[in-house]
Amino acid sequence: MKRHLISAADLSRDDALLILDTAEELAQMADRPIRKLPTLRGRTVVNLFYEDSTRTRISFEAAAKRLSADVINFSAKGSSVAKGESLKDTALTLEAMGADAVVIRHPASGAPHRLARWVRGSVVNAGDGTHEHPTQALLDAFTMRRRLGRLDGLRVTIVGDILHSRVARSNVLLLHTLGADVTLVAPPTLLPVAVSSWPCDVSYDLSAALPKTDVVMMLRIQAERMSAAYFPTVREYSRRYGLDAGRVALLPEHAIVMHPGPMNRGVEIAAGVADSPRSTIVEQVANGVSVRMAVLYLLLGGADGGSDRPEGSR
Amino acid sequence: MHALRPGGADSTAGAGRPRSSEQPRSFTPAAGKIVLGPDEIGRALTRVAHEILERTNGAGDVVLLGIPTRGVPLAHRLAARLSQVEGRPAPAGSLDVTMYRDDLRLRPARTLGHTAVPASGIDGKVVVLVDDVLYSGRTVRAALDALGDLGRPRAVQLAVLVDRGHRELPIRADYVGKNLPTSHREVVQVLLTEVDGQDAVVLSQGPAEPGRADGSESGSGTGR
Repeated sequence: MKRHLISAADLSRDDALLILDTAEELAQMADRPIRKLPTLRGRTVVNLFYEDSTRTRISFEAAAKRLSADVINFSAKGSSVAKGESLKDTALTLEAMGADAVVIRHPASGAPHRLARWVRGSVVNAGDGTHEHPTQALLDAFTMRRRLGRLDGLRVTIVGDILHSRVARSNVLLLHTLGADVTLVAPPTLLPVAVSSWPCDVSYDLSAALPKTDVVMMLRIQAERMSAAYFPTVREYSRRYGLDAGRVALLPEHAIVMHPGPMNRGVEIAAGVADSPRSTIVEQVANGVSVRMAVLYLLLGGADGGSDRPEGSR
Repeated sequence: MHALRPGGADSTAGAGRPRSSEQPRSFTPAAGKIVLGPDEIGRALTRVAHEILERTNGAGDVVLLGIPTRGVPLAHRLAARLSQVEGRPAPAGSLDVTMYRDDLRLRPARTLGHTAVPASGIDGKVVVLVDDVLYSGRTVRAALDALGDLGRPRAVQLAVLVDRGHRELPIRADYVGKNLPTSHREVVQVLLTEVDGQDAVVLSQGPAEPGRADGSESGSGTGR
C-alpha cells in the first residue's frame, strides 16, 4: 500500500481488496470480550478536523483506540486556527509532536494532498471539500460485499447531490476499480460538469433506474455548500429524487438501501425506508470502524513504507 | 522465507470469500533434505494425539487452536485423531497472532490470518496451541497474548510438529512431533497437503549470511 490514503483512485484492486479482507478479520473483534489489539501501541494518530463531523471523527478515534494508538483530537474551532494559523504551520506543529498519522477533514479540496508534502507521517483523507472521502467509499464497498456477497458486476445507483458529494466521487472511483457498475441519478444541476469523464452512467429518472439496481445509495442535499438555487423547492426535489416506500417497491427483492449520513428524513429518504430491514445505515457506521482500523493498520502497522523516516526517529 | 510469508492462505480461512493476497506457493524439494516424509508426519501426529489424551485424561475439555498458516491444518488433523480414539468430536479452530507480534515494524504490514474459535469458547478449557515449527518462541508468546484477549483458559499447552531449538524466550512445547537439532543458518520448512499439496519436513541450508537480522520466528511453514 501507499503511505497515504488521499484518493480512492490511489488504490489498486489488490490494495482495496486487502483493506476489505483485513477489515473482515478485524470486524470479528466486535464480538470479543476485549475489543482491543496492541498493534499500534506507542503510535500517535492526530484527528485534524477543520469541518464539523460526528460520525467520521468518532469512527477514526474508535478505530485508532482499538489498535492501542494514542489519539489527539484537533478541531479548528477553539484552536489556533481560529486565531489565523495556516494549514502549513499547523502541520509543522503536528510534525514536531511526532504524529505518525494525520487524519484530516478540510473544507478545501486538495488540502490532504498539500498536507502530505509537509508531514512525514501518513495522511488519511477524511473528506476534503467536494473532492473525496475514500474511507467512506471503502466502508460502503465493505457493507455491500458483506450484505450481497460480491462486488464484481454489482449494480449500484447513487442518487442526489453528486455535485457537492465527495462520497459519490470516491465511491464511483473505488467501485469501478472493484468491478461494480455505477449509475448516478440526479437533477442535471446537481451533476458535475465533468461527469461524462467519470467511469459510470448517468440518469435523470430514479424510478426507471431502480428495477435494475442491487444497491441504492441516497445522498444528502448539502445546502451548506450551495451558493445558488439548484432546484425549485425541497418538496419538488423530494418528489422526483427522494426514496419513498413506493420507489422502494420498484427495487429487486435482494436490493439494499444505503446512506452515508447524516440523513435528512423526508427529503432524500423517507423515515420508513431509513428504518426498514433493507437499510444498512446503522451497519455502515459499525463497518466504518472496522474499515478504518484496517486502513490504520496497513498504513502504520508495518515497517515504514517511505524510507524517508528513519526508524527510531520518533 | 519472506517470499512465503504473505497471504493467510490456509485452506480453512476465508472460504468463499475473495482473498487478494493469495500467492501461489512454489517449492522445489530438491533444494533440501527431506527429514520427515508423509508417513513419519502421520505417525508423529498420532503419537502427539495420544500424548494429549494421556496428559488431559481423555481430552474432554480440550480445544485445539492452530496458528496460521500451517498450524491450522495440523490442529484439524490432531482433532480428527482425538475424536477417532475417544469417539466424540474434538473442537479445533485457528488463532491468528499477527496483530500481537513483536516484529511488526520490521516488515511491511502483514496480511492478517483468520481467527476461528470453536463455538464452545475457550473459558475454562484446556487450550492446546498447535504450530508447525517451534524456533525462537516469539510466535507462541504472541499467541499467549492473543489468547488472553479472547478468554481465560484453565490451562494452555503447546504442540508442535518440529522443535528446532534456539529459543529466545522461556517457552517450551508440551508435545513435540520431532526434535530437530539445527543451526541458525539452516531453514526448516514444513509442507502440508492442505496448503502445499504434499506432506514433508525439509531441512536446507539458508542463504550465506545474514543470520537472523530480525531475530524473529519466521513465517509459518518455515523456520530458519
